[in-house]
Amino acid sequence: MKFLEEKIFKVIMICAAMIILFVLVYIIGTVFYRGFHSLTLDMITKLPGGGFYLGKEGGVLNAIVGSLYIILGALAISILLSVPLVMFINFYLPAKSIFASLIRFSLDILFGIPSIVYGAFGFAIMVYLGIRASLLGGILTVAMLIMPIMMRSFDEITRLLSRDLPDALLSLGATKYEMTKVILRQLMPGLVTAILLAVGRGIGDAATVLFTAGYTDNIPASLNQPAATLPLSIFFQLGSPVEEVQNRAYASAIILTVIILILSFSARYISSKFSKNKL
Amino acid sequence: MISQNHQHADDITNSFPGMNEAIILRKLIVNQSIRVENLDVYIEEQHILKDINMTIPEKSITCIIGPSGCGKSTFLKTLNRMHDETPEVKITGKVFVDDENIYGPGVNVIDTRKKMGLLAQRPCPLPMSIYENVAYGPRIHGIKRRKAINQTIIQYLQYVGLWDEVRERIHTSATRLSIGQQQRLCLARGLAIEPEYILGDEATSALDPLSTKKIEELFVKLKEKYTIILVTHTLRQAKRIADYIIFMYLGKIIEEGPTESFFSNPKKQLTRDYLSGSFS
Repeated sequence: MKFLEEKIFKVIMICAAMIILFVLVYIIGTVFYRGFHSLTLDMITKLPGGGFYLGKEGGVLNAIVGSLYIILGALAISILLSVPLVMFINFYLPAKSIFASLIRFSLDILFGIPSIVYGAFGFAIMVYLGIRASLLGGILTVAMLIMPIMMRSFDEITRLLSRDLPDALLSLGATKYEMTKVILRQLMPGLVTAILLAVGRGIGDAATVLFTAGYTDNIPASLNQPAATLPLSIFFQLGSPVEEVQNRAYASAIILTVIILILSFSARYISSKFSKNKL
Repeated sequence: MISQNHQHADDITNSFPGMNEAIILRKLIVNQSIRVENLDVYIEEQHILKDINMTIPEKSITCIIGPSGCGKSTFLKTLNRMHDETPEVKITGKVFVDDENIYGPGVNVIDTRKKMGLLAQRPCPLPMSIYENVAYGPRIHGIKRRKAINQTIIQYLQYVGLWDEVRERIHTSATRLSIGQQQRLCLARGLAIEPEYILGDEATSALDPLSTKKIEELFVKLKEKYTIILVTHTLRQAKRIADYIIFMYLGKIIEEGPTESFFSNPKKQLTRDYLSGSFS
C-alpha cells in the first residue's frame, strides 16, 4: 500500500512537470508558428500606415515605443518609492512594528487587486482632474499596478538578509543612512529580481492602459499625448478579420517577449556590474 | 619587537608566580577603563542581567565566561549600545567608559560605538573589495584624503597579518577570502576606526583551530594598546589568553578574578561545578 502511494505521487509529480513544459512549448510554438513569417523589419521600424489593420503596409513601432515609455516611466516612479519604503519598514522601524505589518498587509491587498480596477481607478481620477488619456496617465496607472509587486517582493528578499550586516555596520559607527547605502548594494540582485517581476506584469498588461493611455498610431511627443502599447496593439490586430493582420498580432507578441528578455538580461548585467567593489 | 618584549614579560611572570596577578589587580584599582554600576537589562519583561557591578582592567584581556543564555552577549551589547536598535530592551544603571556614563543624557551613540571595535561570532565582510572594507570606517568618520586612507589600510592589514596574503588582490571582493581571513579582515576593519576597546563575541567559534590560534595571538598582541573584552564559550581559550575572568550565571556575576587564581582556586561552589564540567 505504501509502495502504491509512492508510485501514484511520483506519477502526479512527473505529470505536473510535463504539463508545464508542454504548455510553455505549445504557447511559444503557436506564437512563433503564426507570427514568424509576419515578423519583418517593417514591423519594428514603421508606424501603422493607413489600412494597417485591414492588411496594408506598416508596423507597430508606435506600440513598441509607447510600451517602453510607459514601463520605463512606471519603473522609475516605483523604484523611487519602493526602495525608501522597504528600507524604512525593514531597518528604521523596530522588528515587531505594528506599522510595518500594516504596510505589508496593505501591500498584500493592493497586490491582489485586478489590473482593470487600477485602470478604472486611474480613469476616474483623470476624469476628475480633467486629464485626457495620455502617456502620463498610463505611466501613473501602471506605476500603481506594479508598485505593490515590486515593494512586496523586494521586501521579502530584504527580510531574508541576516542581521549580521546591519549590526556590523552599526558597530563601526555608521549612521542608519550610511548603513542603508551599504545594505542596498548587498540587496542589488534582489532589487533587480523585484524589478523584473514588476516589468513582466506591467509591460504585458492591457487593462490598465486601455482607458488611461489610450491608443494612437503615432509616437507620443509629450506626456499629455495618448500612447499606444503592445498589448492593446495585439488586441486590435487580433480583432481584425484579415488573417494576415492576425498573424501580425502574433509577430507583435514575439516582439513583446523579446523586449522582456532584453530588459531581463540587461538588468542582470547592470546589477552584476553594480555589486562589484567600490562605494 | 613587540612579540619579543612580550616574550620577555612572559619569562618574568613565569619566574615570579603571582606577578601577573599583581599587575592585573593593580590595573583594576589604578586604571579603570570600563566601570559598570547597578546594570539591569530587561528584554520584554524578562530580567536578563541582574544588578551587574564590575570594573574592567585596561590594556588587558578580560574574558566573560558562563553557560549559554547567561547574558554574556547581552552584556557585551550594552557596552556599545547595540541594544538601541531593539526597543524591547530596557536598560537601567550606569556604564562608565572613560569616566563618562554612556547611558547618560546627551551621549552620542556614534561616538560610543566608535570607541568599541566589535568582532562578531561570524565574520561579516561588507559587500565590497578588501580595500573598501578597511577604508569604510575611516571614510564614514570623515577621513577623505586618499593617502591617509591607503596608509591606514596597509598598516592595519599588516597588523592582522593579512597584507602579504591579499596585497595582490586588494581590490577584489572580500567575500572570496577564507573564513579565517575574513575574520582577520573584520578585525582590521574594526581597528581602522581607531577604537580604544575591542569587544569579541565568541569571535573564534566559527573558525578552524589554525585561524583561532591566529586570532588569539592577535588579541594577545593587541592588549598592549587596547582593552579587550571577550565573550567565550571555551574555557581553554579563556585560560590561554585571558588576564581577568568574569564568570556569569543566569544574569548574575558569580565570581571574578585574575585568571590564575580563578582557575586554580575558585571560591564559589557554582564556579567549581562549572569549571569541572558539571554543567555547561
